[in-house]
Amino acid sequence: MDIDIIISSVYQGLLWSIMAIGVYLTFRILDIADMTAEGSFPLGAAITMQAIVSGVSPILATIYGFLGGAAAGLVSGILHTKLKIPALLTGILTMTGLYSINLFVMGKANISLLATAKTLFNLHDFGSSTANTIVIGGVMVTIVIIILVFFFNTEMGLAARAVGNNQNMSAANGINNDNMKIIVYMLSNGLIALSGSLMAQLNGYADVSMGIGTIVIALAAIIIAEIILKNLSFGKRLITIVIGSMIYRLIIAFVLDRGVDPNALRLFYSLMLAVFLAIPLISKSFKQIKQRRLNNQDQVEDK
Amino acid sequence: MPVLEVKKLNQYFEKGTPNENHALKEINLDLEHGDFVVIIGGNGAGKSTLLNSVAGSLPVSYGHVKINGEDVTYENVSKRSRLISRVFQDPRSGTAPLLTVEENLSLALHRGIWRNFWTNGVKKSDRKLFQEKLAQLNLGLEDRLGAEIGLLSGGQRQAITLLMATIKSPSLLLLDEHTAALDPETSATVMELTDRLVQEQKITTLMITHNMDDAIKYGNRLIMLDHGEIAIELNEKEKEGMTVPKLMQLFKERSGKELNNDAMLLS
Ligand SMILES: Nc1ncnc2c1ncn2[C@@H]1O[C@H](COP(=O)(O)OP(=O)(O)OP(=O)(O)O)[C@@H](O)[C@H]1O
Ligand SMILES: [Mg+2]
Repeated sequence: MDIDIIISSVYQGLLWSIMAIGVYLTFRILDIADMTAEGSFPLGAAITMQAIVSGVSPILATIYGFLGGAAAGLVSGILHTKLKIPALLTGILTMTGLYSINLFVMGKANISLLATAKTLFNLHDFGSSTANTIVIGGVMVTIVIIILVFFFNTEMGLAARAVGNNQNMSAANGINNDNMKIIVYMLSNGLIALSGSLMAQLNGYADVSMGIGTIVIALAAIIIAEIILKNLSFGKRLITIVIGSMIYRLIIAFVLDRGVDPNALRLFYSLMLAVFLAIPLISKSFKQIKQRRLNNQDQVEDK
Repeated sequence: MPVLEVKKLNQYFEKGTPNENHALKEINLDLEHGDFVVIIGGNGAGKSTLLNSVAGSLPVSYGHVKINGEDVTYENVSKRSRLISRVFQDPRSGTAPLLTVEENLSLALHRGIWRNFWTNGVKKSDRKLFQEKLAQLNLGLEDRLGAEIGLLSGGQRQAITLLMATIKSPSLLLLDEHTAALDPETSATVMELTDRLVQEQKITTLMITHNMDDAIKYGNRLIMLDHGEIAIELNEKEKEGMTVPKLMQLFKERSGKELNNDAMLLS
């Protein structure tokens, strides 16, 4: 694997990590695997690309993308909390609906930007296109982490964390569980859309089906982060998710480099996530077996 | 004006089915300011159902619940929480395990107040208050503000839950066998702490217990529920001089049944 592939994995990991962080909010703070993600990701891309094509500045176009995702989160949040639809079904409903909405937004199945089009990544030149991507990606990730760490330590953020932790306790302390969940849903999907928006600007291309399988990628990054380091504070956890995303891109790049059929990629994503999810359990039962052997040995030696 | 008024409260489970269960029957109950009412009764008597109805976690079938003269019958738990705080049997249920001691206490300190998204959830100025309050518990928790609550023992968690429930002086405190899951020694400590906090702030309190000695020792009024009805009601005078055998005898007279000792005396 040459250095170019490693560098591109790093900056792709940066942009993906914003999605992974978004997924983390619903997945770990609310304990919900929210499929809305696979619709919000292309939604952010679609809105931003359509806006850029229509002459909107890239900064505004990116913000529109984020807001679009937050609106999708609002819909899912309301479906789940006010209409009491199970979380998984809620996500599937919104995701399916968003497919049509994304087609409406773009007016067709995909949009390609002209090479001369302005994006966040060519607004200012930092020396090379790689440098541009890393600087812009790094700045975006840093802003996201700072805002999230700040928010989740405020009065309201603390309340949101309590809701995911113990809903009886939060209600008993006057927290409106439904509203808090909706806020987290909105933040989460806003970030996921932001990630889609950045990815589309980087590639100069958005496609209505670009969301398929993305939640698996995001979850894998989260699980890698949790395997590397356990029990971290919220801010440190977000940083490890960024690293987890990069590691994941590296693994993918490595596999592709080995000549794996790109058509098999999604199968590979799923298998790998299944393995990652099983690792904590497997390592635990290994430890137990080892412990039992030790105990047995002790007994034998005692006799 | 009574702090709590329960009027003709009825609770049905699975109404209209062969399994219909009339769990509370025409309950009337008034608590004046500072009343500390102990509720006893066998398993399934309807004690928790009564507390759940008052707290709002169970919609009322018929009847009304008023707090400070305000009808709250149709308000949900989080809305009623501006007036009511509550401690459950399970020490895990009153605190958020992944949040720290000070974060949990801060959440309780904001009960009934709108929470903003620009100031710190845990205020520096509040830390002193928390340390003082925790020091009064004599559990050495004042140095552990930053510890995750999930790592503390059941007794410690229950003591903190009590602190959280009383830190804002609620109009009404509801305790549902809140010492039952603790070992006897810790249970006694938490019970004494409860009494102290309630007396200090003159908090109007409804407490369920299976421990007959506690029921007699604490509180100024006593109620015994039986099959969804109030079988015995003792006022302050009647409660003084009450003993466990006398209470058993009274129950037999009133309900015509022998009190099942095993069901009642889990102490
Ligand atoms: N959610 C529910 N659905 C159906 N029936 C219920 C429900 N909650 C309570 N009951 C029934 O209502 C009756 C009263 O129950 P409750 O929990 O109030 O008893 P309790 O006095 O608190 O008993 P314990 O001492 O065992 O806690 C019981 O017959 C119980 O089976
Ligand atoms: Mg009960």
